Amino acid sequence: MAGVVFEHVYKRYSGNVTAIADMNVEIKDKEFMVLVGPSGCGKSTALRMVAGLEEISDGMVKIGERVVNDVAPKDRDIAMVFQSYALYPHMTVYDNLSFGLKLRKTPKAEIDKRVREAARILGLENYLSRKPKALSGGQRQRVALGRAIVRKPQAFLMDEPLSNLDAKLRVQTRVEILKLHKSLQTTFIYVTHDQVEAMTMGDRIVVMKDGLVQQVDTPQTLYHKPVNVFVAGFIGSPAMNFLSARVTGDGRASLKGDGFEIPMEERVLSGAGARRDQDVIVGLRPEDLKDARFPGREGMPRVPAKVEVVESMGSEIFAYITVGGKTLTSRMDPRSEDLQPGQPVQLAVDTDHLHLFDPKTERALVLQGEPARV
Amino acid sequence: MDIVRITFLVGAVVLVPAALIAYVLVTDLGVRLLPPRTQPRIRPWLWILPSMLAVTVFLIYPTIATIWLSFLDKAGQTFVGLANYGEVLGDGGVLVSIRNNIFWLVGYTALVLVFGLILAVLADRVPYESAVKSLIFMPMAISFVAASVIWGFMFAYQPPGAPQTGTLNALLNLFHGSPIAWLIDHRTNNAALILVAVWVWTGFAMVITSAALKGIPEELLEAARVDGATELTVFRRIIIPLLAPTLTVIGTTLVIFALKAFDIVYVMTSGNYNTNVMALRMYQEMNNNHNNARASALAVLLLLAIVPVLVFNVRRLRFQEAIR
Repeated sequence: MAGVVFEHVYKRYSGNVTAIADMNVEIKDKEFMVLVGPSGCGKSTALRMVAGLEEISDGMVKIGERVVNDVAPKDRDIAMVFQSYALYPHMTVYDNLSFGLKLRKTPKAEIDKRVREAARILGLENYLSRKPKALSGGQRQRVALGRAIVRKPQAFLMDEPLSNLDAKLRVQTRVEILKLHKSLQTTFIYVTHDQVEAMTMGDRIVVMKDGLVQQVDTPQTLYHKPVNVFVAGFIGSPAMNFLSARVTGDGRASLKGDGFEIPMEERVLSGAGARRDQDVIVGLRPEDLKDARFPGREGMPRVPAKVEVVESMGSEIFAYITVGGKTLTSRMDPRSEDLQPGQPVQLAVDTDHLHLFDPKTERALVLQGEPARV
Repeated sequence: MDIVRITFLVGAVVLVPAALIAYVLVTDLGVRLLPPRTQPRIRPWLWILPSMLAVTVFLIYPTIATIWLSFLDKAGQTFVGLANYGEVLGDGGVLVSIRNNIFWLVGYTALVLVFGLILAVLADRVPYESAVKSLIFMPMAISFVAASVIWGFMFAYQPPGAPQTGTLNALLNLFHGSPIAWLIDHRTNNAALILVAVWVWTGFAMVITSAALKGIPEELLEAARVDGATELTVFRRIIIPLLAPTLTVIGTTLVIFALKAFDIVYVMTSGNYNTNVMALRMYQEMNNNHNNARASALAVLLLLAIVPVLVFNVRRLRFQEAIR
């Protein structure tokens, strides 16, 4: 068991393509760390560099205290679960599970013990003599997990292990992997493009974009204190709404934009890092745009809007509404079921959770002046 | 004269397909007269009937006739039972041919497979892969006769002291070795002949193996590496087992070819100096000795040798279809 550290890690391909630039992340021992980002952001490359399947162009990767830049994958004592599972098609489940142990010259009795234990944990006992071809997608996925478990490695690396499963199985397996992490007490590094997976599974999350680490923090902090427009928009579903506005007003301040004016308390405004006469990007979570008709919302600023589409999920309603030509998403409770497309609606804006960003740097205004932190 | 030939040729090219189409159309009219439920059962048989006829006339009948001939005397008049087989198998020359065929079977098959595999793996790792593969595949485009002529120059021999025109002996000369009569010396001649066939066919094995190699997902090899495998272990435990079906198909093709070996031996040594093979011996019995009975017996022996390979191939094919 060991932590994994990235120190000024770069990955460059021939022809001046930089896949990862100056990555500095410290993954603690026994931590469940998720690397998340859109495709091509470098998250898989980062994982593969830990596995030793990708060369490190510059910087250092440490597993435990050991620098592993020049250590072959087989000597790194890590296990990896691939998106395609990469089961050996010519071997039975038993042989798939025991392959790594056999190569390490583990005694036969020990191999058998560990394989049977892993099979028991994963419910594969009845399939040990089958070939991967004769297994369902979910079973194959569990064999891939089992192949990692039996090794008792320093760290588990998982490259989008759930993306080939159907939605229901994915949620189930998500829980199983979390349980596994708890019982194995080992470092997990988990790559996904799905922010829901990241939010529900990670102790901490690394958000990446274009080879650059955007923010490393706990799911809650990422959600409530995103450092920039990208993280704000990437984390959370439905995504955060963004509006261009200007801080105006003599006397009482307000955020004024196309088709709306949100009066703001000075306290909130300066708390969000904004000054007078400044252009800003306003970020509003869907749940902070409420239907103004219901009690408890009397004191909130109002924004007139028009309903475009209403999607009822049963327990909640997603309303797509236009404000000054921009379409925003609002998460409403079932009381708003009577909203009809085309109908005007008054929105109550919960300004306590408002996010303000610099339109040029796209960084959160509260962080303005602070050095870029990763 | 040419006009006649061209007319005949064009007629064949146009008329044969036309006749087949007409056949399908006319028989289909007949099929439609049958009750609708029997139609689908009859139709396929009518469609394959022409090729069944062709196979019968050109394959099945000659096979049976050959087997029959092998039981008759030289004149093809009286039934002599297994006498021809007794004669053939008592003949020292035939025994040498059988021995040589076994050399071919083992040496040729193994060398082509091994070289093909090695070249495919190596070519997979260089940026100029397609150029290398085209070069190695090129001999496939040359007929065995032409390849034999080319290698005739490579193996050419002059007595010691005389200028060596053969490439190999010239090289030997360069290092002060005495020239070797590659095609006459009993220690080298069979190997030399087999080498020519290997040179021609390695490209084929390489191309097929290479295609199968590219079908192995990279993630599988990476998984093995992370699991603790060295490159050699990855090759032995993952790549080879996954290539096995392909290597078997190539191998059986090569075995059949080794049993049929003829042209190279015919051109380069005419089967002299203990290099004869069964197929050439059969040809000699028929053409030089005018003994169709013994030639037929040899043909039947060759057929018997090939049948197990064919059966294996067909079974293998069924097995692969079953697991697909």
